[in-house]
Amino acid sequence: MPAQPFTTVSGRAAAMREDNIDTDIIFPARFLLITARAGLGEYAFHDRRFAADGSEIAGYVLNDKRFADAPVIVAGANFGSGSSREQAVWALLGLGTRAVISASFGEIFQSNCMRNGIVPIVLPEAQVAALMDLAEQGAAFTVDLEAQELRVEGLPPIAFAIPAERRLALLNGWDETDQIVNQYSTDIDAFEVRQRQTQPWLYAEEPA
Amino acid sequence: MTNARTLYDKLWDSHAVAELPGGATLLYIDRQILHEVSSPQAFVAMRDAGRQLRRPETHIAVADHAVPTRVRGGEIADPQARAQVAELEANVAEFAVPYADLEGAEQGIVHVIGPETGFTLPGTTIVCGDSHTTTHGAFGALAFGIGASEQGTVMAAQVLPQTRARTMKVELVGALPPGVDAKDIALALIARIGAHGAVGHAVEYTGAAVQAMSMAQRMTLCNMTIEAGSRIGLVAPDETTFAFLKGRRLAPRGALWDAAVAYWRGLASDDDAVFDKVVTIDLVAIEPQVSWGTSPNQTLPIGGTVPDPATIADPTERRETEKAIAYMGLAPGQALLDVAIDHVFIGSCTNGRIEDLRAAAAIARGRKVAAGVKAIVVPGSAATRKQAEAEGLDRVFTEAGFEWRFAGCSMCVAMNDDRLAPGQRCASTSNRNFEGRQGPGGRTHLVSPAMAAAAAVSGHLADVRTFA
Ligand code: SF4
Repeated sequence: MPAQPFTTVSGRAAAMREDNIDTDIIFPARFLLITARAGLGEYAFHDRRFAADGSEIAGYVLNDKRFADAPVIVAGANFGSGSSREQAVWALLGLGTRAVISASFGEIFQSNCMRNGIVPIVLPEAQVAALMDLAEQGAAFTVDLEAQELRVEGLPPIAFAIPAERRLALLNGWDETDQIVNQYSTDIDAFEVRQRQTQPWLYAEEPA
Repeated sequence: MTNARTLYDKLWDSHAVAELPGGATLLYIDRQILHEVSSPQAFVAMRDAGRQLRRPETHIAVADHAVPTRVRGGEIADPQARAQVAELEANVAEFAVPYADLEGAEQGIVHVIGPETGFTLPGTTIVCGDSHTTTHGAFGALAFGIGASEQGTVMAAQVLPQTRARTMKVELVGALPPGVDAKDIALALIARIGAHGAVGHAVEYTGAAVQAMSMAQRMTLCNMTIEAGSRIGLVAPDETTFAFLKGRRLAPRGALWDAAVAYWRGLASDDDAVFDKVVTIDLVAIEPQVSWGTSPNQTLPIGGTVPDPATIADPTERRETEKAIAYMGLAPGQALLDVAIDHVFIGSCTNGRIEDLRAAAAIARGRKVAAGVKAIVVPGSAATRKQAEAEGLDRVFTEAGFEWRFAGCSMCVAMNDDRLAPGQRCASTSNRNFEGRQGPGGRTHLVSPAMAAAAAVSGHLADVRTFA
């Protein structure tokens, strides 16, 4: 499914001072029974935002009006580790998140982000810590994907890197499957011809 | 420069379809496993785009995550779970995907039935919308978890853009001491290198101890690799692998089998292959492990005590420790052996295989589940359940007061009928002790199957080595 094209996003950033915020925290497993992709924002960080009785937990960053719809999250290391559930990314999208800054990401989550129009920005740990301070002070963050630059009030621009083909897809909101089918079908055909020679047993189960 | 290659390199090179601008590689995907929870959106994308599966026969689908395990057959009581299974069944029918029927002999957890049916083969690339797809690496397959969008790409094009990982060798030296299981090695490794200690790396387990392991043990090791942050855990295929696979329904036969084995023998890392990182673990020093916190690296030997944040200098680690102790309802300095439990869960793709059930049954035999403890045994697959029943293990468990269930993910993931109530504490053979993983507010202690059974009959965390 094509994602929303990403050029530049500006707004506040929600600081999450915690390492290993896993996808079970971002999107608790019990909501996985929902088969839709839209409308998942209300479940994002559900058990951090809401008590068992449904009331808001005071003091949680997303329950602070200033950060409730922040388009950027600045988080501790290993953000999005754990389960591969893409719902974690769809829930962030539903929340309005378009970029996450962390020292490291769960790899499946990172890939899921880029396929859905969220930019995962990897920066050194000390820099992330400094950005959290600024985020908490309410500084404006601008993520400029075209220039691969993060601009934060009070700081010189910070360069970040996104793999070239991912960047192009994000900027254009391209659907990766379409891209691959359109550009690489002959390569895939050729591969299968070769593999049929080297590993014929991988083709033996096919109906004649 | 040397041309020596690791197992990972060989698997990667043999599946490279094209190099993409920006450094990624288009990798051919030989096999995909689908389950009811992570696949619906991928099928929707296929339908919306009017696409067909490029090679439906390279897929297998099964319902495991959401299904109830108390009863099997008839209508699923939970309407959402029922709808999810029905949707999977409609999707596999529409797109001609082979399906392991919920009530059939091949149903089970994705990472248990792949190997059991011979769908999982050495030298292949395997994906599934589930992070514990690392499990299949135990067969020398390049296997990794993916998201729903990626599943759609594999369905349509049989490829995925991937970036080559660095390599990490985890060398196991010495022999496993009595009472110590592959699960303990995995937990000890994660405790040592951290929950993101292997991010960006493909891990290969080597050493005489690995060669001596059963496929079940190797699968446990590879399964837990994702908890160290790596998407890929590998063991080179050998005679143990071939003996496991021979004769399985989807494994090659006759001349193709011989050709396959010859090919598989060539996959092992070359002797002089260089890894980016090497970690050596001396098994002699490993004791039965138990996690005390909310990340798998927060793990200690069973004789240990809950850490005291006051003694931790690093501010981040201190904060993480405080948070975990508070969530887990423990006290700094508390002996792990004194921690009373409410629940025991034996099962999951980490430890739901027949060997795991045998290890747990050996402790349960002739004993009773402690008063006030609810203990369940959930085989990883219908075939495992059947085998266990043939060996009489079901009676060992039920006579000891365990519940004997049907196959599924069950209490590994709180999205079916089996879950903890807030504040309840569980000794669990699953793989994740994250906050809320076994139910909102639930508290998980990760242990081996034998340790879980020992906890069940003791009513608190216990050292299996004291059970003669
Ligand atoms: S048993 Fe647990 S970890 Fe394994 S596939 Fe099921 S939910 Fe995932």
